[in-house]
Amino acid sequence: MKNLPTNPMRRMWHRIPEQVRHLLVPCVIILGGAFVARHFFVPADFNLYGHYRASSVVENAEREIKFAGSEACSDCHDAEAAVKKTGYHQGVSCEACHGPEAAHTQDPEKVKPYVPRARSHCLLCHEYQPSRPTGFPQIVAESHNPVKPCITCHKPHDPKPPQVPKGCEACHAKIQRTISVSRHANLQCTVCHETDKQHSVLPRQYPPKKPQTREFCGGCHGQDAKADKDIPRVNMNTHGEKHLCWECHYPHMPEAH
Amino acid sequence: MKRRDGDGVNRERRGFCKFLLLGAISLVVPGEALGAANAKPAAPGWYGTTYKPTEHLYGMGIKVDRCIGCGRCVDACKKENNVPDEPFFFRTWVERYVIDEDGEITVDSPNGGRDGFKGPVSEKRVLKSFFVPKICNQCEKPPCVQVCPVGATYKTQDGVILVDSSWCIGCRYCIQACPYGARFLHPKTKTAEKCTFCYHRIVKGLTPACVEVCPTQARVFGELGKIASPLSRFRRMNKIAVLKPHLNTEPKVFYADLDMEVR
Amino acid sequence: MNQVDAGLYPLLKQVVGYIYPNEIELHWNLLIVVYPYITGLVAGAFILASLVKVFKVREVQPTYRLSLLTALAFLIVAPLPLVVHLGHPERGFEMFLTPSTSSAMAMFGFVYAWYLMFVLLLEIWFDYRYNLVARADAEKGFKRLLYRVLSLFTRDVSLNAVAFDKKAVNVITIVGIPSAFLLHGYVGFIFGSVKANPWWSSVLMPIVFLFSAIVSGIALMLLIYMIVSLVRRVEPDMACLDKLASFLFYMMIVDFALEGLDFVHRVYQSEESIQILSQLISQRLFVSLVVIQLLLGMLIPLFTIAGTKIFRPPDELRRLIYFFSALLVQLGIFTTRWNVVMGGQLFSKSFRGLTTYKIALGGLEGLLVSLAFLILPFIILFILIKVLPPWQEVEEEAIG
Repeated sequence: MKNLPTNPMRRMWHRIPEQVRHLLVPCVIILGGAFVARHFFVPADFNLYGHYRASSVVENAEREIKFAGSEACSDCHDAEAAVKKTGYHQGVSCEACHGPEAAHTQDPEKVKPYVPRARSHCLLCHEYQPSRPTGFPQIVAESHNPVKPCITCHKPHDPKPPQVPKGCEACHAKIQRTISVSRHANLQCTVCHETDKQHSVLPRQYPPKKPQTREFCGGCHGQDAKADKDIPRVNMNTHGEKHLCWECHYPHMPEAH
Repeated sequence: MKRRDGDGVNRERRGFCKFLLLGAISLVVPGEALGAANAKPAAPGWYGTTYKPTEHLYGMGIKVDRCIGCGRCVDACKKENNVPDEPFFFRTWVERYVIDEDGEITVDSPNGGRDGFKGPVSEKRVLKSFFVPKICNQCEKPPCVQVCPVGATYKTQDGVILVDSSWCIGCRYCIQACPYGARFLHPKTKTAEKCTFCYHRIVKGLTPACVEVCPTQARVFGELGKIASPLSRFRRMNKIAVLKPHLNTEPKVFYADLDMEVR
Repeated sequence: MNQVDAGLYPLLKQVVGYIYPNEIELHWNLLIVVYPYITGLVAGAFILASLVKVFKVREVQPTYRLSLLTALAFLIVAPLPLVVHLGHPERGFEMFLTPSTSSAMAMFGFVYAWYLMFVLLLEIWFDYRYNLVARADAEKGFKRLLYRVLSLFTRDVSLNAVAFDKKAVNVITIVGIPSAFLLHGYVGFIFGSVKANPWWSSVLMPIVFLFSAIVSGIALMLLIYMIVSLVRRVEPDMACLDKLASFLFYMMIVDFALEGLDFVHRVYQSEESIQILSQLISQRLFVSLVVIQLLLGMLIPLFTIAGTKIFRPPDELRRLIYFFSALLVQLGIFTTRWNVVMGGQLFSKSFRGLTTYKIALGGLEGLLVSLAFLILPFIILFILIKVLPPWQEVEEEAIG
């Protein structure tokens, strides 16, 4: 039988089994130590804006800027900017071709800008690729003045082609290739597509019109149409019911169904 | 050796334990007090004073039909953000989709599209083909932030998801959790990295590097909730889609003319 | 790092289909396969120990203390592969400082600390305390000090105190069972909650992890008990072995049913990811999943143990069958972990391609380090058995 101490506090303490009493020591040390460590090691600005270090936002915001932005270029190079403003490359920023030039804006004399003069540079955008959207000016590099640097004929800040493209095929080559092996090969594009002159300069602002009605096709293909004898005729009242003609016939290759 | 006194108490051991307990308490209490005193803003300088993040909510629009796959965006991003040159680390990249007449889809992204795309596209007749720029979607409900164990990646008050490179432990859980493959582990710093919308540019009024150099304006940068922003016009004039909507991440990168085959 | 880059270029050529450019580097590799395997063994060994105390399965009593020591040995090694794998191991403690309450991984530190200190160490201490005090009294010199420290300087071995110890063990075991579930279940949740990855994302993931953990733990104890008995040149208790094999058998059936359910469910629902996942299994995981996990690791042990139940072969043959079945089960469960962790990263989240993984031999993430982490627990177990012999209790009971 254990002799319990006379002091009531001590008696209560000794009522707790010895194992538990001795376990409390390492417990307190570990938990206390954890508490202390927290306050020394958790950064002071944590949880200020959210569950993260607030100064990290500033660290991210104060990184070095490499691209200056077109506005910065026109501050000094206003002549080039003026030339570029109305041409085909008005939407292309300076640094898209010249690369990051923030260092050049900081010290224009010491840091010279990169000037791309090789043919391969322009081909990055203008090489023909079927995946590129139709209407984007593309050339097949092997057949379009091979080896010659593009800037020989095209001024980069105002890349008007030396001869204005006669037809639509300069930009719409894929459509041209499709239609050239079809029955519509001899049709001028403008027969069906009424086009503003400005379309070749600002294609998106002045899109060409497209026929809207069956009657338009009926103008050549209707039974009583005043057109070439060899053009196939259909009864416009019954053929195709209420459908528009191009819902079934691709106008650039009408024989394909 | 008689260790115990009349009450059966080992005085030496008692003294030692008291010392330990008092020592622990004397460290904890002032520690708590210090901690409470230290809860002042520590973010220095202009952030929150001249630039107020709560007044902005950034997003991006991508018009798929305008992308020509030139890769200038990928190149500019790598240069602006010091992304390693190797073809394994991309903050943004361009994919090419080729759908042939049989409905077969081929997707590729050689070096992320940085050097453009080359070569024959398909042996079969192609139904359609297009480019899709990809980027961190800066989700409103980011799964990457949800799983970060230490709070090293977070959503700022202006809606951009950033990474704290000094706090990241490199566990890569966020990389696993991102449904869009937008994150990678930086080979030198061994911390997670991803597109930050060029945060260091946009808080100073510039546009992200990829938007800056895109020659066809396929990328549109702006703010949600502001009528005067280019992004608002983009969202109003186009039929908008986001990637993987069923995952409910609420991306803030909006695609116009997105084909159903794009993942 | 150059090592990473150099290793990645050849992988580019081996990609099938399309993967997002960032996906070429697999991030959770061999070390992250080893970790759930080890914690699974911990949880499984502990559940086995709890069978004795809580469910009063007398037959497996000889493995009680051995299971606890095994669980401790493996638990000590468990965080090592995780820490080594971190990009910044020196920052690993941040999980204790600023844990994110939305992150299952942040819970690791606390669950691990809780389980180590308040379940496993405490239970072992209470169970062994009587022996520790006795040993302290009997030994001299350094060993005396060691056992004094281990017994935390307690001396009371009266009937009351020992009764308290036994009660404490029962309470801790009861608390320990859900804790063991949590220790390994949360790993399953880490994978199962990733909605971006259809191979991982599943409600069943934590459950499957847990049951395969129990299977591997029981199989491990089967092996360890037989090996330890062999080393001590003592006959293993056949009733104990039979009971262990029984439990292994029934747990394997449950595990097989759960994994089968997951499979049937996936195939039936046939969601968008089914195509790439079928490709994953048939092209990248065929050997590891169908041959090793299913056939060698599940079906063959099931049938052989079923065979021992039906045909009742003699003791020697039964022991041999149990031994090899348990070995196959270990292989199978390790490969299960491999299939989950690696499988989830071998296909692209674009659902359009597959990539590959090459195991390096050297380096921190290589095969040799992982093997070391798998062997280390046995070394620790050896030391623990020397300091805290598990069969002393039996001997003491025999003496009086």
